[in-house]
Amino acid sequence: MEFSEEVREFLIESNENLGVLDCEIVELEKRPADEQLIASVFRTIHTIKGTCGFFGFEILGSITHVAENILGQVREKQRPLTPDLVSLVLQTVDVVRLVLANIEERGEEGEDVYQDLRQKLDDAYNFRSDSSQSAFDQGLTVLAAHPPQDISEPDEAPLAIAEYAEGTSTQDAEEEHLEWPSAFEVSNAGTESEVKEIRETASNSANSAAGSTIRVDVTLLDKLMNLVGELVLARNQILQGTTSQSCASSGAAQRLNLITSELQEGVMRTRMQPIGVVWNKLPRVVRDLAFEVGKQIEIQMEGAETELDKTIIEAIKGPLTHIVRNSCDHGIERPDVRVAKGKKAHGTILLRAYHEGGHVNIEISDDGAGIDPERVKRKAVEKGLIRAEQAATMSEWEALHLIFLPGFSTAEKVTNISGRGVGMDVVKTNIEKIGGAVDLFNRPGIGGIAGGSTVKIKIPLTLAIIPGLIVNLNSTRTTGGVKVKREDRFVIPQANLLELVRLEGAEGRKQIESIQGTEVYRRRGKLLPLTYLSRVLGLPPVEQDNDVLNIVVLQAEETAFGLVVDGVSDTQEIVVKALGKQLKALSCYVGATIMGDGKIALILDVPGLGRLANILPRSLERSRTKASESVKDQRQTLLLFSAGRFSRLVVPLSMVARLEEFASSKVQYAAGQPVLHYRDAILPLVSVGAMLDRGSPDAAMERDSLQVIVFSEGNRHVGLVVDEIQDIVEEAVTVKRASSSFGLLGSGVVGGKITDFIDLGALLQAAIGDHPDSFSSHVRVASSVLVADSSRIARGTLRAYLEMSGHQVFEASTLEEVLDLLSRNPVQVVVTAGLLADATGGELLDAIRGRDKLASVAVLGFAEEDGNAQSASRRGEHFDGAVNRDDREGLVRAIESLTGAAAGRSRESAMTGSRK
Amino acid sequence: MTIGSPVPAQLGATRQYSTFRVGDMFMGIELTQVQELLRYQEMTRVPLAPRAIEGLINLRGQIVTALDVRRVLGLPAIDSEDKLPMNIVIQSEGGKVSLLVDEICDVLDVPLEAATPLPENMPALLRELIEGVYQLESGLLLILNIDRVLDTSAN
Repeated sequence: MEFSEEVREFLIESNENLGVLDCEIVELEKRPADEQLIASVFRTIHTIKGTCGFFGFEILGSITHVAENILGQVREKQRPLTPDLVSLVLQTVDVVRLVLANIEERGEEGEDVYQDLRQKLDDAYNFRSDSSQSAFDQGLTVLAAHPPQDISEPDEAPLAIAEYAEGTSTQDAEEEHLEWPSAFEVSNAGTESEVKEIRETASNSANSAAGSTIRVDVTLLDKLMNLVGELVLARNQILQGTTSQSCASSGAAQRLNLITSELQEGVMRTRMQPIGVVWNKLPRVVRDLAFEVGKQIEIQMEGAETELDKTIIEAIKGPLTHIVRNSCDHGIERPDVRVAKGKKAHGTILLRAYHEGGHVNIEISDDGAGIDPERVKRKAVEKGLIRAEQAATMSEWEALHLIFLPGFSTAEKVTNISGRGVGMDVVKTNIEKIGGAVDLFNRPGIGGIAGGSTVKIKIPLTLAIIPGLIVNLNSTRTTGGVKVKREDRFVIPQANLLELVRLEGAEGRKQIESIQGTEVYRRRGKLLPLTYLSRVLGLPPVEQDNDVLNIVVLQAEETAFGLVVDGVSDTQEIVVKALGKQLKALSCYVGATIMGDGKIALILDVPGLGRLANILPRSLERSRTKASESVKDQRQTLLLFSAGRFSRLVVPLSMVARLEEFASSKVQYAAGQPVLHYRDAILPLVSVGAMLDRGSPDAAMERDSLQVIVFSEGNRHVGLVVDEIQDIVEEAVTVKRASSSFGLLGSGVVGGKITDFIDLGALLQAAIGDHPDSFSSHVRVASSVLVADSSRIARGTLRAYLEMSGHQVFEASTLEEVLDLLSRNPVQVVVTAGLLADATGGELLDAIRGRDKLASVAVLGFAEEDGNAQSASRRGEHFDGAVNRDDREGLVRAIESLTGAAAGRSRESAMTGSRK
Repeated sequence: MTIGSPVPAQLGATRQYSTFRVGDMFMGIELTQVQELLRYQEMTRVPLAPRAIEGLINLRGQIVTALDVRRVLGLPAIDSEDKLPMNIVIQSEGGKVSLLVDEICDVLDVPLEAATPLPENMPALLRELIEGVYQLESGLLLILNIDRVLDTSAN
């Protein structure tokens, strides 16, 4: 639309003012007696009304006129500012926005005269109070008692009445309950999407600083940015050329360098806006939402002045709003629920933004119920996004991240608030598009700090010009039958760079170890997986004659890994140029740049590279198969911790439900045992140090805050109190020495050091055995199981698991022991991996089946061994049941179905053990 | 542009094509689609890119994707340092693309009436990528369908 300069100004200014109004009115609602605020709001509306009149926009003028009058009444203290009134004024603001949009689009206000709204405004102004105000509580609109004055023609009254008769019912306020937003929608011709759009229209109100400002077209700024980018490239070229030139030109080159850097910085700053610009919309959004769902929600902000590039601001608007809406809709509970939980009735959403090392971090936290991983898993299984078996073995982190899968939405009903098919997957995609990352996690309540959930967004500060490290890669290429050595250059964004390592000679080589075919480098005690850039990119390497190894240590998504390259050059500021459509799909490149010598270098996408190199899981599917493969390889993921006088203890991570930290003040004592109130259940605490070293003083419990490893099964939990949780390691387990001390399975080499393996089963037995109330309140029909395996670790692990499921467990490592135990005890099921010290699975089967007395004993084996056992058995026997080795739930179910114990069980969900 | 589209069959109506040679085929694209014609340009290869993408070219500060037309047409690559391809730079919606061809020939004014249907014995792959044929004195001129070529190259 062609406009005169004045109209354009009017539109821009008015939209700005409306943005300001939104915030002020929401503030005013909290402080209704604040005279300055009232005066400010009044002034703003007055201004809009005035300019509307000037341009002849009658609809706008008449609406704002009444609104202004109402506010005048408030200012003169003729009436208090009630929430209903506030809602009415906000409605007015939205309508004004709509009309302004019409004007911008079509040059005219549009057909709608918004009679409904006018009526309401008029009623309010004239104190047709009782009916209209209480009706507002119910969300109803009310017939005008007498013909509307002031703003509408007399003959419009019948029309008005007819409208009302259609849309609403006028009596029985209790029955008919119109939701506030839909009443709003009824009264406006604008469609839902229009209204939504208006609400999301940018308004730079918060940007005007105290000093003088000037409005600049964004396209002009973009153009400036591009030019500066080119200038940086040219400067790089000159710098490259002058390294060996005369003093004079190199002096000029230096100056050029400085000036270019400053210019670049300056132009980038022009495009920076404080994130508060986006945040300022949110109080209104939260207010409206809270109203609609009947909750009380407050929003707080920290770091609103943190600046971001305009393109980033545009990109995160949608995601931020969606996340906040989610918190309102699903995260924060209703006031009554909150109070029942001992929380404050009103929930809080906290927005935080801060710079950190080339990134901007944005956190959206709420003190609500947190995200229930079980619910997420169920929904995912229902929607066919994952299989039930996967759900069963998933860790909490993985479960929460199911939310990011396309097609997921936990809304029970799709509300028009957060469930419009805009899921977290879209949020993730949009953020990753600008090079950022999203994460979410639950925060358990600790001490006085409330729990809830947090979404964390990390975005690189600038898109176009980044500092990067130049690395070289040599490879061979065959052209015309001739092998040619080529040197390619790649750029690694500084933001992903942790450090550079150079290993020389034999000494250096020694620091590289090989685990299961993967090379790792021991970096300050931790193992760093290595990957060769040449291999990842599929380039045939050159035979190395020197034995120097250059490792670039990179970080991607919380994982560190080392990239082996042939050479490391310097760090430069490079201009990121996007790759063409054909190459955009390649996940290993972020873009390309032109080097000083005019040659092109590809910019590596570190997370993409990590995924390609299989260091980062590409998807849950991948990580599932990896995990189950590694179990077959006899590698275990172990949790390393210290307790008492044992500085290195491990327990299989798969057993662990959560790692928690509690204030020791929360510990209570029930029947002499320390317990904690944990997730609506009682968590009995066991101090590992004290258990292993009976008689020594219990130092762990004396601390201010306790480190607890929580083991869960259904809704029964046990917490092991330890001194310090150190690390998580993945190792092929080799037990050197079996232990006969209580509480220990044995010791082995983990991470190159002697480490003790705790006997979880024995510890739990000792702990809960003494206090039956704390754990076995859900008594199950117990089966009697014999675990037969030559590996002590395997036995111990299975035993612990089965005992937690309430079964009675015996152990045996040789066939003789098995038969001995079977003859003396009423064992119902024998579980074997088929690897006894002196017999195969087949021989075991033969032995058991060959004895009449043991006819009722069922034998369970692992799926991989079934075939072997069958072929080894002379009698041609096979197992009564077979499960996958890492399918513990399946094992329990199989046992129970074999023993008929399933019949006696209560309907507790066995699906809820959150294990990896 | 499609052959047989309603164009007034005036006598002497012609269209301009930039022509080139790929293998033993004589091909052309509409001149309006062509940005520039260049000699061989040094390219930076892109590991893991689709096979048809030969590399990236620095075109006065712009990064241009170079597409090997031979590969797209299913022809074997010329594995020799002597015969370097030439560049025809076109603008596509995904950015500038340079088509690598064996040799760039003249710009021709082709009379529309020389349009002829696609030969029966044309292999399927070629059929997909050619949008028209002209019968000239020197032989057949195959007109390349740029969009399809670009789509195919992505795989």
